[in-house]
Amino acid sequence: MDQNVKLDEIKTKRQMTSDYIFRFIVPIVFIVLCGIGYNLSELQFTFVLNEVITRLARNSFLVISLIIPVIAGMGLNFGIVLGAIAGQIALVFVTDHSLGGLSGLLIAFLVSTPLAIVFGYLVGQVLNRAKGKEMITSMILGFFANGVYQLVFLVFAGTIIPFKTEKLIISTGMGVRNSVDLIGVRQALDNVWKIRPYQGLTVPMSTIIVVGLLCLTLTFFLRTKLGQEMRTVGQNMHIAEVSGINVDRTRITAIIISTVLAAWGQIIFLQNIGTLNTYGSHEQVGLFAVASLLIGGASVTKATYRQALLGTFLFHMLFIISPMAGQNLMGDSQIGEFFRVFVAYGVIGLALLLHAWQKRGKK
Amino acid sequence: MLTAEYLLQMKDVSKDYSGNRVLKGVNINIKAGEIHGLVGENGAGKSTLMNILFGMPVIHSTGGYEGDILIDGEVANPKSPKESMELGIGMVHQEFMLIPGFSITENIKLNREITKDNLFSRILGPKMKTLDFKKMGQDSREALDKLGMSIDEWLPVAGLPVGYMQFVEIAREIDKDNLKLLVFDEPTAVLAESEADRFLKIVRKLADMGIAILFISHRLDEIIEITDNITVLRDGEVVSNLITKDADVHKIAELMVGRKIESTNMDKIFKEETEDEDYILNIKDLYVDMPGEVVKGLNLKVRRGEILGIGGLGGQGKIGVANGIMGLYPTKGEILKNSESLPLNQPKKSLDLGVAFVTEDRRGVGLLLDDSIEHNIAISALQIKEKFIKKTAAIRMMDEKMVREHALDMIKELDIRCTGPKQLTRRLSGGNQQKVCIARALTLDPDIILVSEPTRGIDIGAKKIVLDLLVKLNKELGMTVIITSSELAELRSISDRIAIIFEGKLEGILAPNASDVDFGLMMAGEYGKEGVS
Amino acid sequence: MESFKNFVEKVGYPRLIIGGFLFILSIMAAMLSIPIPGLIGDILTRIGMNGILVLAMVPAIRAGVGLNFALPLGIVCGLIGALISIEFKLTGFTGLFITLIVAIPLAAIVGYFYGQMLNRMKGQEMTVGTYVGFSVVSAMCIFWLLAPFRSPELIWAVGGSGLRVTVSLESSIDKVLNSFLSFNFAGVQVPTGLLLFFGLCCLIVWFFGKTKSGVIMNAAGSNERFATATGINVNQQRILGVILSTILGAIGIIVYSQSFGFLQLYNAPLYSAMPAVAAILIGGASIKKVKISHVIIGTFLFQALLVVALPVLNILADGNMSEVIRMIVQNGIILYALTRKTGGDLA
Repeated sequence: MDQNVKLDEIKTKRQMTSDYIFRFIVPIVFIVLCGIGYNLSELQFTFVLNEVITRLARNSFLVISLIIPVIAGMGLNFGIVLGAIAGQIALVFVTDHSLGGLSGLLIAFLVSTPLAIVFGYLVGQVLNRAKGKEMITSMILGFFANGVYQLVFLVFAGTIIPFKTEKLIISTGMGVRNSVDLIGVRQALDNVWKIRPYQGLTVPMSTIIVVGLLCLTLTFFLRTKLGQEMRTVGQNMHIAEVSGINVDRTRITAIIISTVLAAWGQIIFLQNIGTLNTYGSHEQVGLFAVASLLIGGASVTKATYRQALLGTFLFHMLFIISPMAGQNLMGDSQIGEFFRVFVAYGVIGLALLLHAWQKRGKK
Repeated sequence: MLTAEYLLQMKDVSKDYSGNRVLKGVNINIKAGEIHGLVGENGAGKSTLMNILFGMPVIHSTGGYEGDILIDGEVANPKSPKESMELGIGMVHQEFMLIPGFSITENIKLNREITKDNLFSRILGPKMKTLDFKKMGQDSREALDKLGMSIDEWLPVAGLPVGYMQFVEIAREIDKDNLKLLVFDEPTAVLAESEADRFLKIVRKLADMGIAILFISHRLDEIIEITDNITVLRDGEVVSNLITKDADVHKIAELMVGRKIESTNMDKIFKEETEDEDYILNIKDLYVDMPGEVVKGLNLKVRRGEILGIGGLGGQGKIGVANGIMGLYPTKGEILKNSESLPLNQPKKSLDLGVAFVTEDRRGVGLLLDDSIEHNIAISALQIKEKFIKKTAAIRMMDEKMVREHALDMIKELDIRCTGPKQLTRRLSGGNQQKVCIARALTLDPDIILVSEPTRGIDIGAKKIVLDLLVKLNKELGMTVIITSSELAELRSISDRIAIIFEGKLEGILAPNASDVDFGLMMAGEYGKEGVS
Repeated sequence: MESFKNFVEKVGYPRLIIGGFLFILSIMAAMLSIPIPGLIGDILTRIGMNGILVLAMVPAIRAGVGLNFALPLGIVCGLIGALISIEFKLTGFTGLFITLIVAIPLAAIVGYFYGQMLNRMKGQEMTVGTYVGFSVVSAMCIFWLLAPFRSPELIWAVGGSGLRVTVSLESSIDKVLNSFLSFNFAGVQVPTGLLLFFGLCCLIVWFFGKTKSGVIMNAAGSNERFATATGINVNQQRILGVILSTILGAIGIIVYSQSFGFLQLYNAPLYSAMPAVAAILIGGASIKKVKISHVIIGTFLFQALLVVALPVLNILADGNMSEVIRMIVQNGIILYALTRKTGGDLA
C-alpha cells in the first residue's frame, strides 16, 4: 500500500515538473525566437512597438474569451468562430443602418449579445453531446457555422433579408459584398482616448482600458460561486455532479460567456481594422486566438489572462517580424509568412499532443 | 417535534431489478449515536440498500423500491441524492470524491461554499456572489480540529496520503450542520494499519457527538470492535440483527455464508497436498496489479485434472489471479506450468503454452460484440495456433469454410442458442455469450482453462448448463479447470477444492463440503488468526 | 410505421438525407434540362478521383484509430512522389509507376512514425491527428519553397522562388488512368482505367480484410482489451492500420491529381481530410465500423451531390453556392458522427 502511495506521488511529481517546464518553456522559446527574428528583420524599434501595441489592443479580447471554457474543462473553444460571426452580423447591421461613432459601436455590442447567447447555447448543447472530444467538435462546428454564415450572407442577404444600404449588396441584388467598409465605427473605440508618447507611436488607451477591465472582471468572476462551479466541473465532472452541480448547464454557461466575449472581441478587432472581409474575417479567428493563448504558456486545462496577454504579444510580434526576417535571411519574405502559419498550427498540435500524452499518463 | 426512538428506520424495504429481487423486506433501525455494522457477501444487497438510502438515480430509473425510510420517525423516502443530503444523511465514499487540484478547504466546502454579496450578485443573481474564503477556511479548520487533524487547511489535496484524504472526506461530512447519519463504505480497505486504528477512534468520537453511523465492512474483527449492533444481510434478506456484545466472528461468518449446499458434490474426498504430487500449475509469490483486485504474494498449487475453485470476497484479489496468470495486468512472481516457467506479462506466451481464459468481463474483454459468432470462436486459435488458415500464393487467408464448420460444431456441441453462426454476439443472451467465450477457449485445445465469474449476469437455467459444461470438460477431456466465482455455492457445487483469497493472499484451501463457519472465517480473513479447524 | 423506422435505422440518417437531397437535385437538373450524360460522366470521374482518398479511411478505422484526420500526411508523400517523377521528365504510365514507387515507401515510413505517435495518445487520435495534419501541411509550405527542384515545369519561370502553387501535369501523367480504355457510351465518357484502378484498390483492401493479418487487425481495432487477452500486439496492429491508411492517402492524391491535371501544393492539402471523412460517414461507416461498400456508396453520394448541385445552383443561385453546400454537408455530417452516442471514445 505504502509503495502505491509513493508511486502515485512520484507520478504526480513527475507530471508536475513536466507541467512546470512546459508552462515556461513555450513562452521562453518564443521570446528567444522573437529576439532572433527582431534582429534579423532589421526593423525599427518604434515601428515594431507601435504595431505590437495596436495588435495587442485589438486581439487580446478575443484571446481572453477562450479562458473560461478552458477552466470549465472543455478545452480550447474553437467555437469562438460563432462568436465572431455574431459580432460581424452586428457590425453589418449597424453599417446597414448607417449608425456610427461610439454610439453605433455600442449598438453593435448590444445587437451581437443576444445573437452570441443563442449561438453559445447551441454550441454548448452540441459540446455536451460530445464530451471528451470537445475540441475537434468545436472546430468542425466552426467550419459548419461558417458554411451556414456564407449561405445566409451570399444568398439570403438582399433577397430574403432586406438591406437598407444598397452598396452593401452585390450588384446582382443577392449577397453581401466581399468587403464592407465599416465607415461609421472605424476606430470608434480606439479614438476615444489615444496618446502619442512620441513620433510614430500611437497607444489606443481606451481599448487597452477595456481589455484591462475584462481581465479584472475575469479575476473577479473566478472568485464567484459560478466561477468555482466551473472550476469544479473542469476538474472532475463526476464529482461535480455528485456534489449537486448541474454539470451540463454549467458547461453551457461557460460556452455562452465565451461566445459573447468573442463577439465583442471581434467587434473590437474589426473597429480597429476598419473594413470587414465578409467571408474571411472570422475564419482564422479560432486558430489565431488559440495559438496566441498557447504561446503564452497556457495548456488545454490551464489558462490565465496573463498567459493570454503574453501569448498575444509574442504571437503578433512574430507576425510582424517574420516576413522581414525571412526576407533578410533567405531572400524570401514568403518563408516568414509560411513560418508563422506553421507556428500557429504547430503550437496547437504540440499542445494537444502534450495534453493527450499527460491524460494517458494519468490513467 | 416528536422525538423518535430511532434516528433511521428502514421498514420492509424491497427492490427488484427487472424481475430479479435483490432486496426482500429489509428492516434496519439505528439510534442516534449508535454505530451500526452492516455485513454481507458481495451481492447480498448492501450497495442496493445504500443506493436507496441516497436516492440514487439508478434506483428511481429502474422503478423505485417498496417500503419506507423513516428519519426521526417520519417517512422521508429521498428521491435524489440532494434530498437525502438535506435529510442529514452523509456518506464517505470508497472512492474519494475529492478534487486533487483544489485545497482541502475548497474540497470540504465543495458546492457548499460560503458566499457574500457584491454589486454584481445583486443584479445577476446569487451565482455571482463572491466566495468568502476566510470564513470557508475557518469552518474547515473547525471541522478538521474536531477530527484532531492539525494539517493546514489550505494545502492542495493532490499528494496527501490516502489516510488524510479519508479524513478530509469525513471533515466535509461533519461540516454539514444537519449531519445525522454517516455511512462508511469499506472505509479501512485503503488504510494502513496505524491509520485504521486512528480512523476507528475518530468514528467512535463522531458517534459520541450524537451522529448515527452505518458501518459497512468485510473486516469482521473491526466490526466486532467498533459497532454497537450488527445487521447481517444475505441474498437480499436480513438474516440476523445482533447486539455486538453477543456476537463473535464465528457467528457472523456463519450467518454471512450459511446456505444449503447442493448435495451433488458431497462425495468428493479431500486430500492434503503433498510434495511429490503432479501439479500442473505451481504459483509462487505472485503479485498482480489489477485495480481493485490486487494480488499480493499468492502461493497456490493446482493438481492436474482437478476442478479448483477460487473464492473470496470482492476486492480481495481473487479475480486478479486468473488475470495475472494470463498476463493481462502487470505481474511479478513465478508461475510454473508442468514445472516449466511460464513467462509473465505476455498473454500470447500463456496462450501458446496451453492456458486458456474465459474472462469475468464478458462484454468488455470476452467478446467482439459487433462481430459474428463464428469469428469470435475462431479468432484466438487463428492468432495463436494458426488454425483456420489457407495459404494462397504465400498469402495467409482465413479459411472461412473451416471457420464456419467449426462454429457449427461448437454451436451444436455447447447448445448455443442463436439464429446461426453469422449472428452478432451482441444480440445473444448472457448465457449464450458465455458459451461463445468458452467455445473460443476450447478451440485453443488448452490443458488448463481459467474461468472467471462464469455465471455472472446470466439466468438460472443457463447457469446450470454452463457449470455442467465445465464439469463435462473436466471429466471427458481431462482438462484442468480453475473457476473463480463470487458465488460460493456455485464453487461448492462443482469444485474438487476451493481456495479462498483474502487480501491478495491465499487464506486457505477447503473441501467443498467444509462447514459454513470455515468458509465464512476464511473469507473474512479470520481463519488463520484463530487457528480453528 | 414500425417498418419505416426499421428502414431508417438500417439505412441510417446520413445516407437517407444525402440520398434524398441528391434525388431532389437530380429532378431539378432534369427539369432545368441540364445534359444528363455529361453529369454522369462527371460523377464517374469524380468517384474514381476521390474514391481512394476515402478508401484510406478504412484501415485506420479498422485498426481502431478512428477517422484519419491526418490524411494530409499521406497526401504530401504522394505529392513528393509526383514531383520527383516530373523532375526526371517521366511521362505516361512510367511516370505514374515511378510516382507510386517513390510515394509508397515514403508514406509507409511517415505512417510508421505517425502510428508510433498515436499509440502514445490513445483516445485523442482525431483531435491530435487534425492538427498534426495542419502542421505538416504548413511545414511543407516552407519545404516547397526551398526544395531543390530544377525542372522548369515545377518552378516559377520568372519572379518568385520555389515550386509553383499548381504544377501542370500536362506533359507528364495527366489523365493516364482516365484515358486508359476510356470509351464513350450514349454520350457518357467512361474513365475506364480510373474506375478499374479504384476498383482494384477496393478489392485489395477487401482482400486484406480476409487475410489473417486483416482479421487480427480488425479485432485489435474493435476491442483493444479483447485483443490483448487474445495475445495480439495491439500497438503493432494500429501502426499497421495507420501505415496502410497513409499509403492509400498517397496513392489517392496521385490518382486525384492525374485526373485533375494539376498538382496542388502549398495550402491546398490543408483540409483534404474533411471531404474524405465526410464521404465515408455518408456511406454509413461509423468511427468504429466500416465496410468497403460504405466507401463506394459514400463517395458516390457525396460526389454526385456536388456534381449535380453545381449546374443546378449556377442557374438558380450563385456559383459559389456549390462550395457552400459542400461545406455545410461535409461538416454537418462529421458533426453528426461526433455527437452520436455510439460515436466511440476517440476524439
